[in-house]
Amino acid sequence: MKHDFSELRLDRVTRRFAGAGGKAFNALDELTLTVKRGEFIALLGPSGCGKSTALNCIAGLMQLSGGTIHLDETRIDTLPPEKRGFGMVFQNYALFPHMSVEKNVGFGLRMRDVPAAEIASRVEKALKLVQLVGQAQKLPGQLSGGQQQRVAIARAIVIEPPLILMDEPLSNLDAKLRIETRAEIRRIHRELDRATIYVTHDQDEALSLADRIVVMKDGVVQQIAAPPEVYAQPANLHVARFMGYRNVLELAVASGDGDRVALSGPDISITGVRKQPLSGGRAAVAIRPEEIVVTDDRAAGNTIAGRVDNVEYSGRDALLDVVTASGTLLHVRGAVTIRRGDHVHVRVPPERALVYPLD
Amino acid sequence: MPASADTLARTPFDRSLLLVVPAAAFMLLLFVYPFLYGLALSFNPKEGGALANYSHFFTTDNLWPTIWITLKLALPATLINVAFALPIAYKMRVKTRYQRWVTMILVVPITLGTVLIAEGMLLYFGPRGWLSQTLQFLHLYEGPIRLTHNYWGVLISLVISGFPFAFLLILSYVTGIDPVLARAAATLGADPKAQFRHIYLPLLAPGLAMCFCLAFVQAFSVFPSAVLLGSPAGPTRVISIAAYEAAFEQYDYSLASAIAMIMGFVQLIIVAAVLSLRNVFYRGPVSGGKG
Repeated sequence: MKHDFSELRLDRVTRRFAGAGGKAFNALDELTLTVKRGEFIALLGPSGCGKSTALNCIAGLMQLSGGTIHLDETRIDTLPPEKRGFGMVFQNYALFPHMSVEKNVGFGLRMRDVPAAEIASRVEKALKLVQLVGQAQKLPGQLSGGQQQRVAIARAIVIEPPLILMDEPLSNLDAKLRIETRAEIRRIHRELDRATIYVTHDQDEALSLADRIVVMKDGVVQQIAAPPEVYAQPANLHVARFMGYRNVLELAVASGDGDRVALSGPDISITGVRKQPLSGGRAAVAIRPEEIVVTDDRAAGNTIAGRVDNVEYSGRDALLDVVTASGTLLHVRGAVTIRRGDHVHVRVPPERALVYPLD
Repeated sequence: MPASADTLARTPFDRSLLLVVPAAAFMLLLFVYPFLYGLALSFNPKEGGALANYSHFFTTDNLWPTIWITLKLALPATLINVAFALPIAYKMRVKTRYQRWVTMILVVPITLGTVLIAEGMLLYFGPRGWLSQTLQFLHLYEGPIRLTHNYWGVLISLVISGFPFAFLLILSYVTGIDPVLARAAATLGADPKAQFRHIYLPLLAPGLAMCFCLAFVQAFSVFPSAVLLGSPAGPTRVISIAAYEAAFEQYDYSLASAIAMIMGFVQLIIVAAVLSLRNVFYRGPVSGGKG
């Protein structure tokens, strides 16, 4: 397999499974995506959204039910995994327990009949890249989780694959190690200048690592965009929920003027930005807790009155549960001085209240 | 409060350990005691010094060759069983619609006793048996087929009765290996053959050695089929027949005990040899990392 490539094209890649009661369902439904060399793509979604299925289809560990995959002009979806030559990092590392770190990392090169001297030097280089020099003779069982993960990464990159596939590689690490290894993965990606496809359910990971994020749900792509856009302008209510828009209020549509929509409920009346065409008299407005401001200025407009029902201290600020008179719950970030039982007014910036049709 | 070494040492006696007592008593009464009794008995021959039985065994022409006769049956039977069970168990590692049925059919002989197998084989493989008649009817082979009352009859019966055991044991070892390891190897360029050679085989080796030992011990103590299907006076006069004759035809329990001790010793040598070979291989968890 050639190492120089310019793009990987997925064209309507579909994978069907036989579900319960013989009813087939699409675990992955017509995924179309072009990955350019040098790009870092994150497949993001809750478990069961089809992101791992997509990765397995690309790796060749799962056959497609429909669609094609091309690496430049070569059609690869008909090739077995060993002919595709993509490096893959598995969630539970999948290190060979009976081989030393050195043998694990060199496995792909031995399968390619690379001369022993070259294997030794390339393995050493890969171990240097993941900062595991001096551990070469140990067995995987003698390493910590973080070290095992780095062996898995070294093993995948040493074959200099055009594409590196990572299936939730950080999910078994503790919080501190996760952030360190995250930076490491980004650095390695930059140094190798290939392409990386990274599966995760953690939006922070996706936002911090990826050049583009593919948000998925039930096998269907919801949005493909750069992190700032996915973060600030979710394509639909599902993406909004997943990206941390914790406040989703179902309200009646009072009036619409271009993209601005006025919505109202029993004791809420706010204006937001319409993100999708609305139909019917009701709509959902999605707002991030950190974009709601606790204010004294009742006349500011777009405000909601309520009582603080719960305070979760989180250091720099606190996460407040604000309940309106009619019982609507709002998650709000506010000053740590606010106490439970306080009556407050919160202001929602109209441009940050995103209005979607109900799902 | 952190637990100091003191409080740990004063941990109350775990009463569930008492559950071991019946099994331990059983072992003591029905294995350790008879074994030691037999060992002592073997050094108290009817006549002669303490080692008279052993020197008698190794100098008598119808006794000492039984070791080789038994080994010549047990070793090939064990090798055949393990060698055939491995690829079939390997194929059966993936859950398919047929897997359960194939496994069931392969395991059925384990439910048949050796005597039942012997009876069936006499009918099927005998000179007037179905196999012989079918071959003659189809004019495939005209001469008489001798697959009973000789070496081959016993070997075939050892394979029939020993295979399911080896198969089940190896199947459990194979399915214990995380299939994600083979997938990882595939992404690194290993074709199915290389996946078996570099991943499955080394991880299975200790299990195969274990399986070999258990199957061998089982085959080495062959008795009913050697009598019913072999020629117990000649080519299949295995060591257990020699012990049986000493005990129940000559009523020389002391000699019989000595033969049983020799039998156990030969088994021990083979098992020890195979298990020491096992130490060459990796023996640890067969998963690829943290759960």
